[in-house]
Amino acid sequence: MREVSNSQAILEVKNLESAFMIEGEEYNAVDGVSFQVQPGKVVGVVGESGCGKSVMSLSIMGLLPKGIGKVAGGEIIFDGKHLEQLPDQKMNKIRGKEISMIFQEPMTSLNPVFTIGYQLEEVLHNHFKISKEEATKKIIQLLDAVGISRPNKIIKDYPHQLSGGMRQRVMIAMAIACQPKLLIADEPTTALDVTVQAQILELLQDIQRKNDMSIIFITHDLGVVAESCHEVIVMYAGRIVEKASVERLFKGPKHPYTKLLMGAIPRLDETVDELETIEGIVPTLTKMPSVGCRFANRCPQAMKECVEVTPQLKEEESNHEVACLLYEASRPEEEVSR
Amino acid sequence: MRNAAKPLLEVNNLQMHFPVRGGFFRRKIGEVKAVDGVTLSINKGETLGLVGESGCGKSTTGRSILRLLQPTAGQVLLEGEDITSVKGKKLWDIRKDMQMVFQDPYASLNPMQMVGNIVGEPIRNYYPKKKSEEIKQEVADLLKRVGLPEEAYYKYAHEFSGGQRQRIGIARALALKPKLIIADEPVSALDVSVQSQVLNLLNELQDEFQLTYLFIAHDLSVVKHMSNRIGVMYLGQIVEIADKGSIYENPLHPYTQALISAVPDASKVGEKRDRIVLEGDVPSPENPPTGCPFHTRCPKAIDKCSTIKPPLKEVKPGQQVACVLYDESLLKS
Repeated sequence: MREVSNSQAILEVKNLESAFMIEGEEYNAVDGVSFQVQPGKVVGVVGESGCGKSVMSLSIMGLLPKGIGKVAGGEIIFDGKHLEQLPDQKMNKIRGKEISMIFQEPMTSLNPVFTIGYQLEEVLHNHFKISKEEATKKIIQLLDAVGISRPNKIIKDYPHQLSGGMRQRVMIAMAIACQPKLLIADEPTTALDVTVQAQILELLQDIQRKNDMSIIFITHDLGVVAESCHEVIVMYAGRIVEKASVERLFKGPKHPYTKLLMGAIPRLDETVDELETIEGIVPTLTKMPSVGCRFANRCPQAMKECVEVTPQLKEEESNHEVACLLYEASRPEEEVSR
Repeated sequence: MRNAAKPLLEVNNLQMHFPVRGGFFRRKIGEVKAVDGVTLSINKGETLGLVGESGCGKSTTGRSILRLLQPTAGQVLLEGEDITSVKGKKLWDIRKDMQMVFQDPYASLNPMQMVGNIVGEPIRNYYPKKKSEEIKQEVADLLKRVGLPEEAYYKYAHEFSGGQRQRIGIARALALKPKLIIADEPVSALDVSVQSQVLNLLNELQDEFQLTYLFIAHDLSVVKHMSNRIGVMYLGQIVEIADKGSIYENPLHPYTQALISAVPDASKVGEKRDRIVLEGDVPSPENPPTGCPFHTRCPKAIDKCSTIKPPLKEVKPGQQVACVLYDESLLKS
């Protein structure tokens, strides 16, 4: 893949730490995550539930629950602006216009007491000076673009009158209404049936290409990642354990966690007697080990050093980074002492 | 496995129509045809998978077989015995042979009871004369077998993770040594790493206790991994039923073809796939289309499809399809 210099990245996350207050103490749900999103690229984020995928995306959007969660460290640079320092008012201008988000559950993320048309209009009125007629015209165009037939009728409907797939299309229409540069899609197809999922994935790809938009695609489905992303980030317990282009990751996963994750999924094209399993579960936030690899207690290849040394994300091959001691032949001294 | 003389479970033309009431005096104003003529059989020791999208009637089929719902028509035979309308003591006896594992491990366990009591309850119900010591030992063995720690006996369901709760549900289903287990989406609420643990456990238990499974799920790769044969459902009907190899390698019904091509595939990185993307949504079972239920979305539909409702017919040995395209007599008519 092309080497693109840092300045061109649409989003750059550096050493992000997102902390939650639990019984008076701060715990990092996202702990030192760094990555970039290049313009027009789709970056997939995978991992089990509780590994910090959603907290990371809420941090970028500035939507962590006030008083409980906050960005405790690191930088989020979007289009040259430091998002973590922006006051709410300015963030409101960016949110929905330049970065927007689609959520997993299309029912709970639409307001049940307003019509589809009203909710879409609200987005446009918030960000543009636009007359009512113009707004209606734009909305019908948008609904048309996301493949909704009879948009004239749909704008008068309420969310409960639509099926799950239709609601997700409305959510996408809302998210792309202002032609954002970055779309964060948090499990956008998890609640949908496979045939509808195929429709929505196709639609997202179309829009992404047409608008040259970047997407952060959060999912736990590796099949979805393989088909719709350019780059993949594998997260475990708040940290990135592996980062690679989609081809490299699927042809040669390196981190033991990624390998197990891939072996744990039954595949349509091959038959195995027994699936790989990962013993245990993701440690909870309050019980996260402070030193060492966080996957060590579940890792079949764990060594003695794994609980003593925190592995750093390092480039193993071009476009393929992994945070695992197995790949650190020569460990610098200062890391051992950490 | 397959050549056992008699199938354990036979289902003939099962129908489950729910009345829709409304208007004055809550009269019956319509029907939801959740299950509309399902015929299948499962041999001893076999796993039959049922796949389909939400609302296609897979769960209702499972529940009607167990008689948790009273089917409106059709026949359910367990070991050759008609159980469609048995009542009272007889039904109670038969239920011992059929158990269910539910989808939601959070809602299907009583939060007020200790895990030991949840798993032991079926034994106490069916064998009231059994000594409590004996029951306790049986439960402890069951918990150990499904991979739970010894102290789980005295804990409550909320103290466990989703995967562990599903193990408790499995232990409860095993308590009466049933012949048939209906597993309704047993892993869809679980994370992938935990999902594989539960799937492996179900497979081990099947060998150990000679269990027969009806495995209901919407995830085609999970169903393929678990099943010997697979039935594909659409709008209350089975549109294709065959052994898993044929379903995957040579699907015949246009719906099965679309379903398989819609599954995102991790092995196809960077390849352009010819995916069949279906238009629209599944029609409402309250007002299903005439003729073939799939014709409104079918890319291969012909004029006849809207009038003729094709029956399930054997097209190849072991592969039954309900589609006009494979039925010469219907094509000519």
